[in-house]
Amino acid sequence: MTWRPRLAEGTAPALVFLLLLLIGLAIVGPAYSEPAGYLALLKRAAPLMILAIGQYLVIVSGGFDLSVGALVTAGVVIAARLIDGDESAAAWVIPLVLGFGLLVGLVNGLITTKLLVPSFIVTLGMLLVLDGATFLWTGGAPRGALSEGFRMFGRGAAEVPLLGAVPWSVLILLAILVAAVLFMRGGTGRALVAVGDNEATVRLSGGQVDRLRLLAFALSGLLAAVAAILLGGFAGVSAQVGNGLEFRAITAVVLGGVLLGGGRGSVVAAAAGALSLESLFTLLNLLGVSGALKSAVQGVIIIVAVAYASLGGGVRQRLRLWPKQRNHVRPAQPASSS
Amino acid sequence: MTTGTTTSVRLTGITKSFLGVPVLHGVDLELRGGEVHAVMGENGAGKSTLLKVLAGVHKPDSGSIEVDGGEVSFASPTDAQRAGIAIIHQEFTLLPHRSVAENVYLGREPVRRMQVDRRRMIADTRELLDWLGEEGIDPADPVSALSVAQRQVVEIVKALSTDARVLGMDEPTAALADHEVELLYDLVRRLRERGIAILYVSHRMREVFDLSDRITVLKDGQLVTCAPTSELTSEDLVRHMVGRDLGEYYPDRATPDDLGPVRLALRGAGNARVRDLNLEVRAGEIVGLAGLQGSGRSAVARAVFGVEPFTRGAMEVDGSARRVTRPRTAVRLGIALVTEDRKGDGLALRQSVRDNTLLVRRAALRGARSRVKSDLSALLDKVNVVARSEHQEVRFLSGGNQQKVVLAKWLAVEPTVLLIDEPTRGIDVGAKRAVHEMLRDLARRGVAVLMISSELPELIGMSDRILVMHDGAPAGELPAGASEGAVMALATGHGIGEVA
Repeated sequence: MTWRPRLAEGTAPALVFLLLLLIGLAIVGPAYSEPAGYLALLKRAAPLMILAIGQYLVIVSGGFDLSVGALVTAGVVIAARLIDGDESAAAWVIPLVLGFGLLVGLVNGLITTKLLVPSFIVTLGMLLVLDGATFLWTGGAPRGALSEGFRMFGRGAAEVPLLGAVPWSVLILLAILVAAVLFMRGGTGRALVAVGDNEATVRLSGGQVDRLRLLAFALSGLLAAVAAILLGGFAGVSAQVGNGLEFRAITAVVLGGVLLGGGRGSVVAAAAGALSLESLFTLLNLLGVSGALKSAVQGVIIIVAVAYASLGGGVRQRLRLWPKQRNHVRPAQPASSS
Repeated sequence: MTTGTTTSVRLTGITKSFLGVPVLHGVDLELRGGEVHAVMGENGAGKSTLLKVLAGVHKPDSGSIEVDGGEVSFASPTDAQRAGIAIIHQEFTLLPHRSVAENVYLGREPVRRMQVDRRRMIADTRELLDWLGEEGIDPADPVSALSVAQRQVVEIVKALSTDARVLGMDEPTAALADHEVELLYDLVRRLRERGIAILYVSHRMREVFDLSDRITVLKDGQLVTCAPTSELTSEDLVRHMVGRDLGEYYPDRATPDDLGPVRLALRGAGNARVRDLNLEVRAGEIVGLAGLQGSGRSAVARAVFGVEPFTRGAMEVDGSARRVTRPRTAVRLGIALVTEDRKGDGLALRQSVRDNTLLVRRAALRGARSRVKSDLSALLDKVNVVARSEHQEVRFLSGGNQQKVVLAKWLAVEPTVLLIDEPTRGIDVGAKRAVHEMLRDLARRGVAVLMISSELPELIGMSDRILVMHDGAPAGELPAGASEGAVMALATGHGIGEVA
């Protein structure tokens, strides 16, 4: 018997798409003929990939988190205001920003699970509240400045034995990705996916549905705060830093083949979706396509990806180049009787 | 609409494969006007495929279809409809917020002066309803106001409005409550009297004997037999469907030596749906809970399990008084609930066999009891789940295999009290037997089983004692092997308060 990697449905096309984009980059961009180019790409993509991992946790359990973009902006603005150039402040501001993200996520989760407001609405409300509060607090132009210690994570690099200088953001991304994969393989992670599939079943199996969903929102908030720290370091202080990131993260997750509404998809594929999106933008940029098309491209992707997932097996069967051999296998019958 | 001539449809040598897997080989079937022809078979025997060939959904690989002696070929369901063949599906296809008449003429609305001719639509629908003897349904009412049984009537009227003279019905009673089934029987008989040919696909033995004139049995896509109903017994049918003699239907009951301590006890327990429950279930025993739909039999299981907790009285588990207000508490006390709706709340359909089997262990028993000895593949072997692999999503499994996964999910945590609601609903004869044996085996290992079933033969065959519910309260208890009549008398409220 040959060993075949076991991928969640929808994962394989996402990985193939990413591979094609990376090959495309290697052909078009001279910078991508060596590892350093890809490392730079990964560094640029790291915040979005981290956001996508958080968004994945919420989507796979049956929700949406629209508040992450506004949360990134709020995180950066708060950090700038509190640090205001004071080198020593980063040590306490970073935990504070992370705590703030966690708190926002918890509030999202509590309102969703206890007040039974759909998460789409809760997090849309949170987006507006955070946007408004940030605007009020800064008057439209953020004050203060980030310190070197804070910005190090977004733009600095660490010396890693054998590899040389690896950006901090890439290391943080890898750590989060590994943790997320382990989490999703464990009992709690599997139960979280099951909640997205059928809440009633999990509840009647003795699971704590509310707590699981709360956990997903809290982690999404926390990861958004991590993304804020990386983006603040990478791009500096701006009141627009998080604009539209929530939709970009959702696009990434959908591009990763994760089922909207929950119940299916892998976290690696969601992160790969984010990297694909960033690669695609880079590729378009290299090809001289206007940056203004970014959101249009994103819109097309999200529609095509969801359409592909909804059309289901029939179309994929026809699109498949080499039909699978099915002879020794019992016919997969739909669950209905007879 | 009505015809004096009798229609006949003849399918000869129908063969159909999907992706190289043969589903039907050389099946013959004849339908005559004024006759109910039942098709039976286990899951996967090819019943639904045959129905779909007749309906023009699938095109047969070979074989011929003749209508009234002339050979036809259906490229689509519309072609079949034109030839007078219509199918009533298991899932209803009505739009709830539109009126009965609008549903009947959906997509074919009569038009007058560029406007939908509502008056004619309603008049025509009423005429059809009258013809069927269903005066109780108003064509102007929204479908959402109708009962499930009435919606089925509307489906049938919709088929008849296309001048259908051949009706295919796929498990028509599956969605009906007990008292609605009788109404459907009447309706089918009236359709027969009016010269309609009916193809009746069903799992339920009794239904087929009550209604049909002829029975065709399929097994593994082949025709096993076709005979007048009067010449067949239920034993014959089972043998034909399973391809072997099942012999004794149910495993041996518990002997007094098998019984252990009381595992679950209710003392005057009740809530908004049930009251005055006094019940003991011992280790090693299967107690049957009978009653009509809505009598509170499922509500008892849901209350014990903490879904809708008891608000009065006391409950004891293994001798200690317990308050169970949520399923998690119940699970941790060793109580398991197999619900009647395995797709709705028994399984997570898009998750794998493995993830479903481990769900309770992971979701409820982290830490303390999560390390249970039984290992997954041994467990799946034991319940004998047939799947491509443990990573296959459970939605692709047959009903019987799905039910086995639900059982495996609970066996993985070794419960001491098993509440099981409709253990074999919608699963084939072979799987039914396997589930029955598994339940008895669990009882022998000291599990206390409380079994709810609306199939009386199953309930009587399996139970060591039967508690009958009526209108939210226990109506009486019967010993093992009680007659169906005795159960029904209690369930329908006779024998309560009737002194001599």
